Amino acid sequence: MNASAPSLPSRRQFLTRAGVLVVGFSLAAPVGDLLAASETLVDLGQPSAGELDSWLAITRDNRARVYSGKVELGTGVKTALSQIVADELNLPMANVEIIQGDTERTPNQGYTAGSKTIQFGGAQLRKAAATAHQALIEIAAKQFSVSPAQLVSDRGVIRVKGRRSKQATFGELIGGRHFSRKVDAHAALKNPDDYQIVGKPLPRVEMPQIAVGKFTYVQDVRVPGMLHGRVVRPPDTGAVKIDATVESIDESSVNGIPGFVRVVREGSFVGVVAETEWAAIEASRKLTVRWNSKPSLPDQDELYEALAKSPSDEKVVTNEGNFATALPQAAKSLAAEYRWPFQIHTSIGPSCAVADVRDGRATLWTASQGVYQLRGALADLLGLRPERVHVIFVEGSGCYGHNGADDVAGDAALLSQAVRSPVRVQWTRADEHGWNPKGPAMLMRVKGGLDEKGKVVAWEYQVWTATHVTRPGAIGQARNLLASQLASRMTPTGPMLGGDRNAATPYSFPNKRCVTHWIHTDDAILRPSALRGLGSFANIFANESFVDELAAAAGQDPVQFRLAYLSDPRAINVINAAAKQARWKRRSWSAPKLTADGVHTGRGISYLRYENQNTYVATVAEVEVEPKTGTVRVKRVVVAHDCGLVINPNGLKNQIEGAVLQGISRTLKEELKFNSMGITSLDWMSYPIITFPEVPEVEIVLLNHPHEPAVGAGEPAIAGVSAALSNAVFNATGARIRTGPLTQERVKSALAAKVASVRRTT
Amino acid sequence: MVRLELNVNGRKRAVTAEPRSMLLYVLRNDLALHGPRFGCGLGQCGACTVLMDGAAARSCVIPVSAGVGRSIVTLEGLGTLEHPHAIQKGFIDEQAAQCGYCTNGMIMTAKAFLDENPHPTDEEIRQALAKNLCGCGTHLRILRAVKRAAKEMA
Repeated sequence: MNASAPSLPSRRQFLTRAGVLVVGFSLAAPVGDLLAASETLVDLGQPSAGELDSWLAITRDNRARVYSGKVELGTGVKTALSQIVADELNLPMANVEIIQGDTERTPNQGYTAGSKTIQFGGAQLRKAAATAHQALIEIAAKQFSVSPAQLVSDRGVIRVKGRRSKQATFGELIGGRHFSRKVDAHAALKNPDDYQIVGKPLPRVEMPQIAVGKFTYVQDVRVPGMLHGRVVRPPDTGAVKIDATVESIDESSVNGIPGFVRVVREGSFVGVVAETEWAAIEASRKLTVRWNSKPSLPDQDELYEALAKSPSDEKVVTNEGNFATALPQAAKSLAAEYRWPFQIHTSIGPSCAVADVRDGRATLWTASQGVYQLRGALADLLGLRPERVHVIFVEGSGCYGHNGADDVAGDAALLSQAVRSPVRVQWTRADEHGWNPKGPAMLMRVKGGLDEKGKVVAWEYQVWTATHVTRPGAIGQARNLLASQLASRMTPTGPMLGGDRNAATPYSFPNKRCVTHWIHTDDAILRPSALRGLGSFANIFANESFVDELAAAAGQDPVQFRLAYLSDPRAINVINAAAKQARWKRRSWSAPKLTADGVHTGRGISYLRYENQNTYVATVAEVEVEPKTGTVRVKRVVVAHDCGLVINPNGLKNQIEGAVLQGISRTLKEELKFNSMGITSLDWMSYPIITFPEVPEVEIVLLNHPHEPAVGAGEPAIAGVSAALSNAVFNATGARIRTGPLTQERVKSALAAKVASVRRTT
Repeated sequence: MVRLELNVNGRKRAVTAEPRSMLLYVLRNDLALHGPRFGCGLGQCGACTVLMDGAAARSCVIPVSAGVGRSIVTLEGLGTLEHPHAIQKGFIDEQAAQCGYCTNGMIMTAKAFLDENPHPTDEEIRQALAKNLCGCGTHLRILRAVKRAAKEMA
């Protein structure tokens, strides 16, 4: 793409009304005839969520142009949101165009995160589309002098019932004007029974372009006069507190690189800028920087002790009955500690951004999950007012949470500001592995008691976690950009969020407690933030493993054991659906006879309701385990999934398949390595992920509820994978592995102990 | 900087580049071919794969000078929106992408593989793609796409 650098005043039409300067955001849309008739003007270039015109325009050629603050991160939401709008409007899908994430064109819908795009963003667009449809009916009623009840709409045309001559397209009716009305919160919504586009497995709108190399990623954005930048990083790779300072820079080390422009330094932020990408790469490799730095991180072997000892704030999530008195009275009690390591975003394309910071204005092309939030942080970083910063979303490589997308925009912005030219920064693989925010390591301690009949009578769950959200906020949050952390020696900050996700048990156990120990962000060791599923990944690993431990201790079937403590029919249905598809056989627990040379097979189940209030997921995994090598081969994974109304079953299955495979990768392989200086897993050899030969069959059962709200599907299924696998390994071998990931090494040593103890007792 | 002549997608293309610079950057920045993608710069993930004399090659670790005199084909050289190659069509029909960033490497690796082995077993396809990484977990769809293409091409 050759995105011509937009000159801001020409894009933002400044109009005067009643002597007050206002900016018509909708006018930025390249629809000439919308411009002429505009009355809908919104302050400050920030679209107002209350105005229908902020969400939707109908062009004369009968196309719907949708302004979506929610963006495509590789999950298929552009297609799904188009389906929602097309169906609600009664307009063909091909006539819907989505403009995504642009601080001068789209409304602020917050981050595209947390599996909330369809749940909230889709609901907002549906309301807007319903309001627009209502408006079009009213216009048609006036034009044809009939009552609205006499009108029907179909495929973008409104006609008077029984009178074919009286009809007009949406485009003809609106005539290139704005709607000039508020989104009606009470607009009548289409009955889901009448959906014709929602619920269909329509193909992804981007797929043909992707397959032939014509899809534009942020990595492909080129603007005239653009230079290339790279950042030269200090040695404390990925640390939450970056202590290193620059002692000296030998600029002669980059002499003679053709096309080299200059070194940029601000605090510990050191960058190079060059005319070509290759020259920038060469300069970043050759630039000699002496750092003052000292090791400050705990040894990786002491990670979990360090988490338990970290200063933290205790928060009681649930407390029902009296755990403290119930546990000692239990016939049998169990306690276990579970551990989950730091993990990274495994996006195949490292983050990239282009910044043009000149003349007191900034334009950024970025794959950020939140253009408005990034705008606030960049404004703070650059010392500009937010309205002078224009942030434009362009698709990036797969986004599984808060990766380097925001940070690289900060890098590019600082470099561009320094050289007064547009600068593109492409992070290296080591930048992404080492410096993007990490899914925080977590420690979980669980206790449970059973009565003599094997019923749960006490349950306590404690988790030690840093916050999972240190995203750049809307205002004053430059400190959450890596560039600021380097330039101004700041540490990231965030509300205590995400670590308690799915910490509380969903089962109706009596005498239950759940406590979160929020580790202070400064003590998080590595920079923490959101990775797919946030705390639910480790919390479900611990919760659902421990439920399995209790079922085994009670000698009960793991499926029946779970069902005994659930009453919500959708929860029960999802478990039964997974068990049926997997042809689950009821079992009572008995320890398998392990042999060192054998291959042992087992199955495990997990259940969750995402965030304890959204999507229901039940997962059954089948594994083969080789004690001799420690190899866990996943043969088959069955997922039953209920996220309410299904918008696009093929897109949904794609998300669930991806969640399962990424979940297997995180459960069996992924562990970020670090030493006292910083992260040492800086490429795919030192941080391996799942490969084709390791991929199992995945079977998905979708439970569609057209009259229930559509809730999220990007994250829920990944949370159930680790416990299903670990429970399957336990079923196969009798070994309970409580520290993730279940690597060959870890499984081998756990099973070696088991085999030895079997030998001793037989 | 020297002037080099490359044969890319059947056309002779003159470029001025550092001979040691990697082919990927010349393809992307000088020839505006965005099919091949930067993923790791280490030859580990496969996102940058192109065909050199018909073999799959990782353009992020091949100096541009090594491309002189060879026939280089990128994703754009396989097919177009109007006339996609059978493998590209297989990916479209199977909806074999999430973010699509690895797709280039998958298609180009599959092209070289299917040219050598037009009737592969499922296991052979898995092995052929074993060194191409996908972060989104689209593997099952990619396997189906390659299998579909193999049938189509046979």
